[in-house]
Amino acid sequence: MNGVAGSLRRIGAMIRKEFIQLMRDRVSFAAMVSIPLLQLILFGYAINTTPRHLPTAVLAYDQSSLTRSILAAIENTKYFSITHHPVNEAEAEHLLRSGQVLFVVEIPAGFERAVRRGESPSLLVSADATDPVASTSALAALGRLVETSVRRERFNVDDAPEGSGLEQAPPPFEFRTHPRYNPAAVTQLNIVPGLLGTILTMTMLIFTALSVTREIERGTMETLLAMPIRPAEIMVGKIAPYVMVGAMQAAMILGAAVLLFDVPVVGNLALLTVLTGLFILTNLSIGYTFSTLAQNQLQAVQMTFMYFLPNILLSGFMFPFAGMPTWAQWIAETLPLTHYLRMVRGILLKGATSADLAQNIIGLSVIMLVAMVIAVKRFRQTLD
Amino acid sequence: MSARPEHVEAASLEPGLARDVDYAIDVQGLSKSFGINQVVRKLSMRVKRGQIYGFLGPNGSGKTTTIRMLCGLLTPDEGRGTCLGMDILTQGRAIRRHVGYMTQKFSLYADLSVRENLEFIARIYGVPDAEAAAAEAIVSLGLEGRERQLAGDLSGGWKQRLALGACILPKPQLLLLDEPTAGVDPKARREFWAQIHDLAGAGVTVLVSTHYMDEAERCHEIAYIAYGELLAQGTVEEVIAGSALHMWRVTGPDPAALARELMEVPGIELVAPFGTSVHVGGRDRTALELAIARFAAREELVWRPDSPNLEDVFIDLINRSRDNFR
Repeated sequence: MNGVAGSLRRIGAMIRKEFIQLMRDRVSFAAMVSIPLLQLILFGYAINTTPRHLPTAVLAYDQSSLTRSILAAIENTKYFSITHHPVNEAEAEHLLRSGQVLFVVEIPAGFERAVRRGESPSLLVSADATDPVASTSALAALGRLVETSVRRERFNVDDAPEGSGLEQAPPPFEFRTHPRYNPAAVTQLNIVPGLLGTILTMTMLIFTALSVTREIERGTMETLLAMPIRPAEIMVGKIAPYVMVGAMQAAMILGAAVLLFDVPVVGNLALLTVLTGLFILTNLSIGYTFSTLAQNQLQAVQMTFMYFLPNILLSGFMFPFAGMPTWAQWIAETLPLTHYLRMVRGILLKGATSADLAQNIIGLSVIMLVAMVIAVKRFRQTLD
Repeated sequence: MSARPEHVEAASLEPGLARDVDYAIDVQGLSKSFGINQVVRKLSMRVKRGQIYGFLGPNGSGKTTTIRMLCGLLTPDEGRGTCLGMDILTQGRAIRRHVGYMTQKFSLYADLSVRENLEFIARIYGVPDAEAAAAEAIVSLGLEGRERQLAGDLSGGWKQRLALGACILPKPQLLLLDEPTAGVDPKARREFWAQIHDLAGAGVTVLVSTHYMDEAERCHEIAYIAYGELLAQGTVEEVIAGSALHMWRVTGPDPAALARELMEVPGIELVAPFGTSVHVGGRDRTALELAIARFAAREELVWRPDSPNLEDVFIDLINRSRDNFR
């Protein structure tokens, strides 16, 4: 009896102690609360595997009431949202390559006249098929949905009072879809370049997040700071080796992508190298900032994980970016992985140039500068 | 070893000399707070070049914070001063080039070898031939044959030796040693102090914080700090004389009970049991003698006048300063 009571008392004391320590470790506690919450919100509200309202450009060489009805019908499918009106093919091409739109609908000149003559002309729809998940269901919706709705609106009601068998008649026009960049809809072509960004994010963050915390934990930071070395010099010295590690990893993944998964290299490899360097530096700066915030190595790892989660879910790595609500897209724009994914997919699969990627290059550079300034400022206060 | 401190003490006793002496540390009114907690209050101190200056005080009294302010690791909230003639507020980096700071905790890289640690330090300080300097330091530390061993695998005494060796490798003019002998065995401590005196003899100024009274007595001058305030400063003899304490030693059966009894007697400010006797003291001589007179009838007690030691003085100082801050 005494044995059982004694055992319960000791277990009680142990439980009590564990709870006190748990509540005192703020970061662990925050991780426990925020990770499930974050997942719930992101999976529940932000992620959509059959994305709608995808950005679409219309290159209209023919402006008529018929083309307007067709465009209205396209938007009515809810899969498309007409966001751009390029004036020529070069501009349309740029929009597609830079990832600003997922579809370009081209209405050829004299389209309405051709329909009236019963020539059944074609509408050309170019799709960015790098992410098959994003484009497939939208393309499938195009043909039947749009055709039926246009036919009902214009031919049944206006032009066919005689009630002839128009339902069975050949379609007045047809969609010619052109899935670009990944015509066979191979998911690996989209995932493997994305993995390059994801793996780099994870490893670069962990390495640097631990590097300063480790010195603080072991007490070597105080000695280091008491030496005639500047905080910025410490930071550069700590980050530089990992730039090389990151470059090595990138080369490895890229080699495997080409050799094992037949990922094409359409664009400029030199541009990809430079931008990968920028991306590695950005992640290292963010990891360095974490390491100045964390009290110990465990906290640094937890912070990295909390940061990694939205990067994976919102960047467009796992789920189509265009399918997310605007607020989630704005959050994603502040994450380096979002910009890098567009760069790496754009260069490898679409042959995007630095002009196509200008917005993302600027975005990533801004994130890097902010992270670096915070890292250096935070580091200065390490002791004070 | 005892001849040298006496010589310096004699010089420092002459007040007129102070202006002419070159100070390695000369700071006035240093204050530092962390949040609402004021750790150092208006601390002023001067340390002459080539001296060993003992820095004493209870745990949490602000010793480490003061040392960190001296080498520019922390910026004081108030106050100013110079370290090796350079401004501690604006020339931190230049100061650090000539200061060796040994932290309380062993803080070389445990996962680097002895040689790698020493070479790293030599390179950071810009010592001309880092490899040769490290090799030389290994020989003078007596670590030959162990230079490939990881620093973390060394025993406590060797770690401390290596830490000091790393500190003096860049040939600093000032050494700041924060409790360097904590947890080190008596033999290693003695060797350590012999080395400190050799360094001072070579002109290096040493500021060393410690809890050990015997170590305080090896210093040329000492300062006592409690609750962030400097309470006493000078040679050991000056500090003891300045305390104006009068001491008696009483021997009798059950000294613990006697000590409890003595504590309640007005006029007795200090009671410390020492083995079979009790050390009793107070600053008011007549009050103390009146208090002792009450025990005259107790024949089992043997009273002898005594002189205060450094520990008595510090306990008295801390008792009085605690009253001020409560």
